Amino acid sequence: MNITHMLRSCRSLCCFLETNPTRKFFSTQFNMTSNKHKNANRIEGLDKNVWVALTSVAADPSVVNLGQGYPDIPPPSYVKEGLAQAVMVDRLNQYTRGFGHPSLVKALSQVYGKVYGRQIDPFKEILVTVGGYGSLFSTMQGLVEEGDEVIIIEPFFDCYVPMVRMAGAKPVLIPLRLKSGKKSDISSADWILDQEELASKFNSKTKAIIINTPNNPIGKVFTRNELQAIADLCIKHDTLCFSDEVYEWLVYKGHEHVKIATLPGMWDRTITISSAGKTFSVTGWKLGWSIGPEHLVKHLQTVMQNTLYTCPTPLQEAVAQGLLRDYELMGQPECYFSSLAEELEGKRDRMVTILKQAGMNPVVPEGGYFIIADVTALNQDLSHMEGDEPYDYKFIRWMIKEKKLAAIPVTAFCGEESIKHFEKYIRLCFIKQDSTLDAAETILKNWSKA
Amino acid sequence: MPREDASLPACHLCLCAPGMLRRPVLNLASLWKRSVVLTSCQNKSVMARELHTRRLEGVDKNIWVEFTQMAAEYKVVNLGQGFPDFSPPSFIREAFCNAINGGVSMHQYTRAFGHPPLVKILAKFFGRIVGREIDAMEDFLIAVGAYQALFCTFQALLNEGDEVIIVEPFFDCYQPMVMMGGGTPVYIPLKPRKSTGPGLSSADWVLCPEELASKFSPRTKAIVINTPNNPLGKVFQRDELQMIADLCIKHDIICISDEVYEWLTYDGSQHIKIASLPGMWERTVTIGSAGKTFSATGWKVGWAMGPGHIIKHLKTVHQNSVYHCATAAQEAVAVGFQKEYDTFGTEESYFKQLPAQLHTKRLRLAECLRSVGLEPIMPQGGYFMITDISDLKVDLNDPSTKDEPYDFRFVKWLIKEKGLATIPVSGFYSPEHRGDFQNYIRFCFVKEDSTLKAAEDILRQWRVKQSNF
Repeated sequence: MNITHMLRSCRSLCCFLETNPTRKFFSTQFNMTSNKHKNANRIEGLDKNVWVALTSVAADPSVVNLGQGYPDIPPPSYVKEGLAQAVMVDRLNQYTRGFGHPSLVKALSQVYGKVYGRQIDPFKEILVTVGGYGSLFSTMQGLVEEGDEVIIIEPFFDCYVPMVRMAGAKPVLIPLRLKSGKKSDISSADWILDQEELASKFNSKTKAIIINTPNNPIGKVFTRNELQAIADLCIKHDTLCFSDEVYEWLVYKGHEHVKIATLPGMWDRTITISSAGKTFSVTGWKLGWSIGPEHLVKHLQTVMQNTLYTCPTPLQEAVAQGLLRDYELMGQPECYFSSLAEELEGKRDRMVTILKQAGMNPVVPEGGYFIIADVTALNQDLSHMEGDEPYDYKFIRWMIKEKKLAAIPVTAFCGEESIKHFEKYIRLCFIKQDSTLDAAETILKNWSKA
Repeated sequence: MPREDASLPACHLCLCAPGMLRRPVLNLASLWKRSVVLTSCQNKSVMARELHTRRLEGVDKNIWVEFTQMAAEYKVVNLGQGFPDFSPPSFIREAFCNAINGGVSMHQYTRAFGHPPLVKILAKFFGRIVGREIDAMEDFLIAVGAYQALFCTFQALLNEGDEVIIVEPFFDCYQPMVMMGGGTPVYIPLKPRKSTGPGLSSADWVLCPEELASKFSPRTKAIVINTPNNPLGKVFQRDELQMIADLCIKHDIICISDEVYEWLTYDGSQHIKIASLPGMWERTVTIGSAGKTFSATGWKVGWAMGPGHIIKHLKTVHQNSVYHCATAAQEAVAVGFQKEYDTFGTEESYFKQLPAQLHTKRLRLAECLRSVGLEPIMPQGGYFMITDISDLKVDLNDPSTKDEPYDFRFVKWLIKEKGLATIPVSGFYSPEHRGDFQNYIRFCFVKEDSTLKAAEDILRQWRVKQSNF
């Protein structure tokens, strides 16, 4: 991953998407103070972040925001009620167990015990963290260090690369590629890894491979065979696998979410990461968890006890209650894990239709709540736009300004060498209420009108 | 030896792990661990690695994990870990409930570096206290408790080989956080002034100016102070802070000031922010806690406040580690601070009511400890009181703890035999000095009166039993 590319892209995106021109985004003022107060080496070059810039765009109410990935639909009422009830219990406003509130880790052990088909020790094989993000961080800090290489599949959730770098290790990228010959009715299943290319990325320095299924931004749900191929390489080279499965419940008809940790030989070398925020549509609760074998999870727990010690108690209690309720309903339509997927499938199908109406070529996602679309056919001339950033960044800037619709450039999720594969794609989030999608539909329907 | 060759048996693979051959310096601990891997993998058909990263060397033990587990296992009267056993004030609980019912945005991501209403009111509130205009967006980072604010600070500023001066006794996390940041802790103890006897107030425990000055070197990056101090309860006076400030300025270093107990001062002691001294704002990171401020430790909302050119580095760590903090909790804390801003200094202010309540509890606990022959050190501030236990003659008779410091053994015995939980004070000292401070235990008095009474009953009964022999 070329850090210069990332900095350049982020900087130009930040510049043009900022709605408040007077706000200092980077310190242009001369720093009068000492060199001794400069940043530590571990964060050199990691200060820019595409989301930090884009949250400011979301504040502009005239722009229909299908950019950042969070719902504008309410969470289920029993989850909110659970939190309100927890706050009324005195001791639930004070510190709880550092590695996870007992009622939460026990509920997780129940739910995932059923999903994995194995007994999961709530105290030794689970760690509760500040969101899926916090699990990723605990995993990197606990298990990855200087001299290591970590394989990352493009397009990737953008934090993987800076976290690997902050741990002192080297990211090694491999892109998903569109199957040749596919021109229309493309699905995320048509984006695959080249097996020889993947095998060539493993070497003696490889500490881990990160996979994300369902994938953000493409929505790919890795099949059992695809996961088996990755597992075979992990076992052969004795590497770890960090499996980011925050969208695990959001899988659409005809597809199955498979946990790589359940494949033979994989439990002992896999950390699986999940998110309450994505599970219950409460991204602002920032709770997630890592599940894995004790000999790996214990190192994540050590990181936890030296970084933030414990997660908020009432939120953990409420998530525990929510999980227990849905555990009883698993397999039934009233279970939120399936009812949310059903609701989102309708929104997904709607997005596919309206994107096509605008002349874009969407990639139908098998899972998750994002959809990417190829804008090549629009032939939008952006040569008048200054800067040398990739086409998708310019397209997004143009689209926000001219069409009042926000999305995310997909090259934010890849390294420099893969820009040419992804720079005609934009990512839209569809976990939005109907009125938001209505507004997006109006814009997309009228796209070709001046 | 190529590890790609899967035809080699699993245990051969692990012996030849290039990592082992690659690193020029291996300490004994990691050599031992790798030999354990070799043995264990011979029994496994699939070799999974035993791994830990070098940054975690020596930071795996944690006093809270150990003692909260014990307190949970035994039925105890808990004066150990520092959290209230009464509820947060109703106005702040209501604020949280209002936030929960306050619309969709309360349950989704907010601004990564801090929910806007919260940073704005904190800037206003603390701006008034330190007497300067503080920029809400640039000069604050909201973190998952003061704990994570400290973590971001060390990670943002420390490189391998940097030295950090730590005043002992210290909240235990400073040491592993410095180490995880690649830094070297340099300790300086507070010591009782000889002139005033055994030092029965936290005010009597002071730093020796010459000794402090000697701890600074060209490698010193920062000094960590904690006022009011945990566990001692010392509230640093203006001249003491000035002495530290003078050295910070002279050596051009950063001051990390942990002020989580800032509202809890007693007997007229005044909390002073070192960042408000001349020349200090631009080099100080001040750490605060909503948990301690509003008696809601389980909400885990804290902050780092300081000049933008330093805070921006903490933000980089934060955005690459947890990225956001919980929205609704931040909203509730913002509402709480707005109320306190409006009622500051009046009888309605929680920041006045809480120390008044705790003042009485502090006196009560001290009285109880004295009545059983102990000599507590009266804290000027904070949640805790420490007492010397040398005069208590007990037969600890517990082989499982025989290699531990005396106070650890004593505390475990007290939990198991008497059902009273406290914390051993040597856990707040460096490995170098731990041996000199094995005779103190720490009590938390931020508890309901019924809890304090239960503790009193245990201590008095024990005293009666002892005097009957």
